[in-house]
Amino acid sequence: MKLAPTTTPRLTHLQRLEAESIHIMREVVAETARPVMLYSVGKDSAVMLHLAKKAFYPSPPPFPLLHVDTTWKFRAMYELRDKAARDAGMDLLIHQNPQALAQGINPFDHGSLHTDLWKTEGLKQALDKYGFDTAFGGARRDEEKSRAKERVFSFRSASHRWDARSQRPELWRLYNARKARGESMRVFPLSNWTELDIWQYIHLEGIEIVPLYLAALRPTVTRDGLILMVDDERFRLRDGETPVQRSIRFRTLGCYPLTGAVESSAVTLPQVIQEMLLTTTSERQGRAIDHDQDASMEKKKQEGYF
Amino acid sequence: MSKDPAGKAYEAPALIEQDIDAYLEAHQHKSLLRFITCGSVDDGKSTLIGRLLYDSKLIFEDQLASLEADSKRMGTQGQELDFALLVDGLAAEREQGITIDVAYRFFTTERRKFIVADTPGHEQYTRNMITGASTADLAVILVDARQGVLTQTRRHSFLVQLIGIRNIVLAVNKMDLVDYSQQRFDEIVADYRDFAGSLGMESFLPIPISGLKGDNITSLSEQTPWYSGPSLLAHLETVELDTERMARHNFRMAVQWVNRPKLDFRGFAGLVSSGSIRPGDAIRVQPSGRITTVKSIVTYDGELAEAVAGQAVTLSLSSEIDCARGDVITIADAPVEVADQFEATLVWMDEQEMLPGRPYWLKIGASMVSASITRPKYEVDINTMGHQAANTLALNAIGVCNISLDRAVPFESYADNPDLGGFILIDRMNNRTVAAGMIHFALRRSQNIHWQSLEISREAHAAQKNQQPRLLWFTGLSGSGKSTIANLVEKKLHVLGKHSFLLDGDNIRHGLNRDLGFTDADRVENIRRVGEVARLMTDAGLIVLSAFISPFRSERRLVRQMLPPGEFIEIHVDAPLELAESRDVKGLYKKARAGQLKNFTGIDSPYEVPENPEIHIDTTSCTAAEAAEEIVAFLLG
Repeated sequence: MKLAPTTTPRLTHLQRLEAESIHIMREVVAETARPVMLYSVGKDSAVMLHLAKKAFYPSPPPFPLLHVDTTWKFRAMYELRDKAARDAGMDLLIHQNPQALAQGINPFDHGSLHTDLWKTEGLKQALDKYGFDTAFGGARRDEEKSRAKERVFSFRSASHRWDARSQRPELWRLYNARKARGESMRVFPLSNWTELDIWQYIHLEGIEIVPLYLAALRPTVTRDGLILMVDDERFRLRDGETPVQRSIRFRTLGCYPLTGAVESSAVTLPQVIQEMLLTTTSERQGRAIDHDQDASMEKKKQEGYF
Repeated sequence: MSKDPAGKAYEAPALIEQDIDAYLEAHQHKSLLRFITCGSVDDGKSTLIGRLLYDSKLIFEDQLASLEADSKRMGTQGQELDFALLVDGLAAEREQGITIDVAYRFFTTERRKFIVADTPGHEQYTRNMITGASTADLAVILVDARQGVLTQTRRHSFLVQLIGIRNIVLAVNKMDLVDYSQQRFDEIVADYRDFAGSLGMESFLPIPISGLKGDNITSLSEQTPWYSGPSLLAHLETVELDTERMARHNFRMAVQWVNRPKLDFRGFAGLVSSGSIRPGDAIRVQPSGRITTVKSIVTYDGELAEAVAGQAVTLSLSSEIDCARGDVITIADAPVEVADQFEATLVWMDEQEMLPGRPYWLKIGASMVSASITRPKYEVDINTMGHQAANTLALNAIGVCNISLDRAVPFESYADNPDLGGFILIDRMNNRTVAAGMIHFALRRSQNIHWQSLEISREAHAAQKNQQPRLLWFTGLSGSGKSTIANLVEKKLHVLGKHSFLLDGDNIRHGLNRDLGFTDADRVENIRRVGEVARLMTDAGLIVLSAFISPFRSERRLVRQMLPPGEFIEIHVDAPLELAESRDVKGLYKKARAGQLKNFTGIDSPYEVPENPEIHIDTTSCTAAEAAEEIVAFLLG
């Protein structure tokens, strides 16, 4: 091979990660019939949506956004959700599990059933309802142990189940998106990003995120070791509980009664990153879902949770 | 960093606290290295990875707390931290004590971000290691200083060499257990050097380490004053990346997706796999060979003056030329080759063994084509690197085969460009990824042997006989009545003045296919040959009747695809197994039941029922004569 005469610029790790994610998204669009992007309004979703805009520019991303709603997200999330979809020129589909709605399933009375019905069942319902065969998700391999082995193209049976043994080897940049009718794929373009990468990229690219990620005075109660935000009047205060204004921010965002905040004074992104680097607890600690047992996330995944 | 593994967790660099903006600025310019660690549990691989994560702050307080608890409860290091527990994986494997996969770990230093492919386990070792190694810039091969170079070390090295990793570190681990002996280290290195030479490995870097004690991991150890090379991490931080090497090669980009948001814009989206390109550069689109120039390099962040290997971009071209997904855009004066037959190394990754002759999907670059594989020229014994004869490749086997595609694709040899020379094979029925392949070179045969242009066409042959060529493909269980019905059909056609010929399972197997047995691989080859013969006969204008069990859908489809549309008539002679077995004209079922006949369809080998046969004969509700009547009516109607 002949050597090119000029020296070439070196790509940074974020440029490499960005290119990989874009490559993955284009493969999905080229090889699958009905893709959709799951949009949870969190920081990972924000990065994923931003990458989708880049991947298909100057076209808008050729698939819709899907929000599997639990009706219990933070109000600030609903506000950003609608704006972000509009700005991207994409359709936004919102699905709320009608059974969960009818039964009034909520995080105060129903514990893990809340997540099962609204999120796990809701997601399956939405994919079946619209006939999506491929869904982009913002999960990362560094989030916890069982995800370290997750494929970029994660194969799901016709009943949406994940089976460790039926996952396909992934070599080079060659992804196998083939599947039979009824079977589906979850595709994770951010697999190789870490939490630090996500924050750095948001900072560098000026991506809009929910303000809850930055510290501000917010009404809170502490309960079972978590600082919870009293986001609306549905929050059930226990006897003796009175909301207290605390300067807090969130490291992850989910249903507000289930998402723990951290006390913080970081009001800018660099300050958030600074706190993150100096902090000593891992990211998912703020989520009630993982606490029960070490392998609970893996169990949820087998059942079809993202 | 602390060398005391039971010491406190990470201390953040002072810069984070003092000037976060300066820290972020520095970290934005880090590069990314992917590497793989090879070795068994006994070599201390998990401990090494755990140590790297620990020393670079990837372990948080809560994780450290649970690590301390786990180390006391089930660790192997007494009161010290057992880093191996950090890289533990899925619950299933933890419970069963087995590892089923490849895990990816992340850590970062001031200079680089790292992705480590961790491939534990013995059973599926080849598959997992090849998978993890396919994206790696570098391999760390671990050797236990007490054990030295083992068969396993040689196997790992062979696989690393096979997948084309150029940067190899020989990490001689557990130096603490041999008193940091330079003599022992030198012996092992000399031993390995002999072996590496025989593999054709150009170079490797030996480092004496202790994953457990932290020697020569992040900084040079006082225990090994005789060692003058870099610490492991210092080497990982400075070694050349594959993307940097590929950036010096000629420009190549596989087109992933054609972007046409509006009438006046057509962009070709892809990831640059090698070289660089600027607006105005002359390019060639392969396989068409058409030439034009790059008009602009379009990205969301504005047009670029140059795109380099590793970047995902969209190119717009100066003239409207045909270019679709799977095409490769190259620099005009140094295009890639185009071919439809290759010699390649295959690594088989599926429980179902390779079936020579059966069509598979082959994905290379952004192309998906139909491919069939010859019997292996040889299989490689990964313990001795010796070649041995083989009829097929089983799970984790490695062999060299010829591959032919249904259309020509742009490619490069794997050694030159893994993006355009590496491929996967996909089973057409269950869509599993069954093999990874690496192209050696194209077989010139496909370019040099041109079809003899025929003066008398197949249409002319058929017109002379005043008939439409057809292949009546009778499929069904042994004893279902295929031959009986086919014979009756041929008699009727003969009476009608039609020129026909009957290919029968038994007759063909006595002659043309007498070298074939009844394994799955042989059954596939049997049907392939019958299909080729039948095709020649239909070229001659004949109505061909074939009566073969032909149990596999994919082979019947293979034959269907050999013929022009409409000429292949699949006839399912449907008899329940009990009925066919009760007839047992040739006494074969009895033998099969007695275990004297292996791989007998319906007994210990499957029959895949046709999904949409042109004609379905239910032998429980009609006679052979009625069936023949129906088939002839179909043919003439």
